[in-house]
Amino acid sequence: MSVRNTYRSGPDERGHFGIFGGRFVAETLMPLILAVEEAYGAAKHDSSFAEEMRWLQAHYVGRPSPIYFAERLTEHFGGAKLYFKRDELNHTGSHKINNCLGQILLAKRMGKTRIIAETGAGQHGVAVATVCARFNLPCVVYMGETDVARQAPNVFRMKLLGAEVVPVTGGTGTLKDAMNEALRDWVANVESTFYIIGTVAGPHPYPAMVRDFQSVIGAEVREQMQAQEGRLPDSLVACIGGGSNAIGLFHPFLDDESVRIIGVEAAGRGIDSGEHAASLTGGEPGVLHGNRTYLLQDGDGQIKDAYSISAGLDYPGIGPEHSWLKEIGRVEYVSVTDREALEAFQLCTAKEGIIPALEPAHALAHVANLAPGLPKDHLMVMNLCGRGDKDVFSVAEHLGVSL
Amino acid sequence: MSAKSRLEHRFGALKEAGRGGLFTFVTAGDPDPETSLALVKGLPAAGADVIELGMPFSDPMADGPAIQASSLRALKAGTTLEGTLDLAAAFRQEDSETPIILMGYYNPIYRMGVDRFLERAVAAGVDGLIIVDLPPEEDEELCKPAIAAGLHWIRLTTPTTDDARLPEVLRNASGFIYYVSIMGITGTKSASREAVAAAVTRLQRHSDLPVAVGFGIKTAEDVTDTVAVADAAVVGSALVECMRANLDETGKAKPQLVEEVLAFVRALARGTRG
Repeated sequence: MSVRNTYRSGPDERGHFGIFGGRFVAETLMPLILAVEEAYGAAKHDSSFAEEMRWLQAHYVGRPSPIYFAERLTEHFGGAKLYFKRDELNHTGSHKINNCLGQILLAKRMGKTRIIAETGAGQHGVAVATVCARFNLPCVVYMGETDVARQAPNVFRMKLLGAEVVPVTGGTGTLKDAMNEALRDWVANVESTFYIIGTVAGPHPYPAMVRDFQSVIGAEVREQMQAQEGRLPDSLVACIGGGSNAIGLFHPFLDDESVRIIGVEAAGRGIDSGEHAASLTGGEPGVLHGNRTYLLQDGDGQIKDAYSISAGLDYPGIGPEHSWLKEIGRVEYVSVTDREALEAFQLCTAKEGIIPALEPAHALAHVANLAPGLPKDHLMVMNLCGRGDKDVFSVAEHLGVSL
Repeated sequence: MSAKSRLEHRFGALKEAGRGGLFTFVTAGDPDPETSLALVKGLPAAGADVIELGMPFSDPMADGPAIQASSLRALKAGTTLEGTLDLAAAFRQEDSETPIILMGYYNPIYRMGVDRFLERAVAAGVDGLIIVDLPPEEDEELCKPAIAAGLHWIRLTTPTTDDARLPEVLRNASGFIYYVSIMGITGTKSASREAVAAAVTRLQRHSDLPVAVGFGIKTAEDVTDTVAVADAAVVGSALVECMRANLDETGKAKPQLVEEVLAFVRALARGTRG
């Protein structure tokens, strides 16, 4: 085997990260997938595309998002110096907009006239509906009916933005079922429609393309930490459902061997309970939604439903690049339970005056385990990838408070 | 009779008889293993020339509501990939001539292990595979090993497969070409007769393989129209719907289910005989 000198060169031309990734889709979609790959390849080398992205990031999204020294939490944990990357301050309240802007510009370049998307928590759906309003394209968002119920504020936001929200009743009515339905729509409307996938999964080139659009997070962190501390961070922590915010933070640091990188999956009611969404910790490699990756599945290869208190982490798969990073050992993957995430949610709110989404509350729960044991000069950056306004109702319910 | 020649023999016999073929799709184990086996055993006498046996999958992304529900019924009744192969083997013990094509998605096969799956499929007397989510870009996964094991690899082509791409799609195709006549999922739209005729003519320019047309074929008239321009017509969702109509409120097979579905197949088969 050849000596590896970079972790950042993947995927290969067929979309593989090691054995993971690929293009496992129906023939109807293949020509379009190839067209997306070609259009994205051209856009990457077109300075006007980059220029338009930069302008929108600065004036529409509000980038760069701040890096914030979480002083009171640092004091509370009594160890590592904790920074938050404040991607919850982006327009629409999460990192999802980074990717949606890139994809809708691509859709426009390809002459597509209709946008579809899947959503779990609704953060991606809201971001898609937002860019569709901004760029005047009709938008259909598929959302599992379980998620429609527990994320009512986001459903209303999407509708205000002009999107049609289609509740999906198949399976358990969560993110994977929404993705199945979006794929079915796409097969039927392949000529007019662009599918804005919300995470670093799906057939090649989506995992690489979404990663590239999200890598603005990590690229900014590099500059910001240099400016604030004069050096790179010692560790990075991010939550993982499909893994787009995490890869966005991680990817620009993969070749910096001094940086410890940790992804936090949702352990739901505990890995042993079987009710969780931790594909890497509790899953096996398989093929779903266009790529090979770690999946929650039974011995017969049937996909199991994921469970998490957080709708945004409730997916039985994970981006293929994460599967590869796990296998080669570059990134550590751990998991935290609903209960730990709920505690972190409250802690962050009380100590920093920031209500985090339940998704990054998982990351913070692991920070809480890790930071106290680290020296005070250890610089840790956690991606605060979404704000928690959408979650206050379900958190109240979990805490037994009736609103 | 080797696996390979069974399918070729069947197409040869159809040509001799001067008619097109009726290919029937049912999901293995739907609504339960016993009913499913009884149904599959009855298909050849009812007029099915080739049996496509669906391997149930929890997430059938290319299928419409009818086959999704069928797949879930089969899984709920305990059907596994092993069970599907057992069903094929049980059928083959009594019928050495009717080709069986397994159709489905890759993950259950990947989970079982490609080598073990192929060994079992060949032993069960399976003749070919149609795997929806394995395009030519992923031929190393299962296509090439399956061909090496002596199975036919039946390729799906669609209205979006243009002339530039067609040679790549057909490169490792064998047995027959399955033309998906619509852009969409199973059991939804139907293509016009003219569009299908033009597409089949285009495929015949690129390949000598027989062409079967599927998606949206629901009635004996549809079958007649299809075999007027293609070598065979595939009926799936309509059969599965007929089966669903013969379930009781709890999802159990009513006593007449097998006979009702076979009666429907007999009606469809008359469509191949003009």
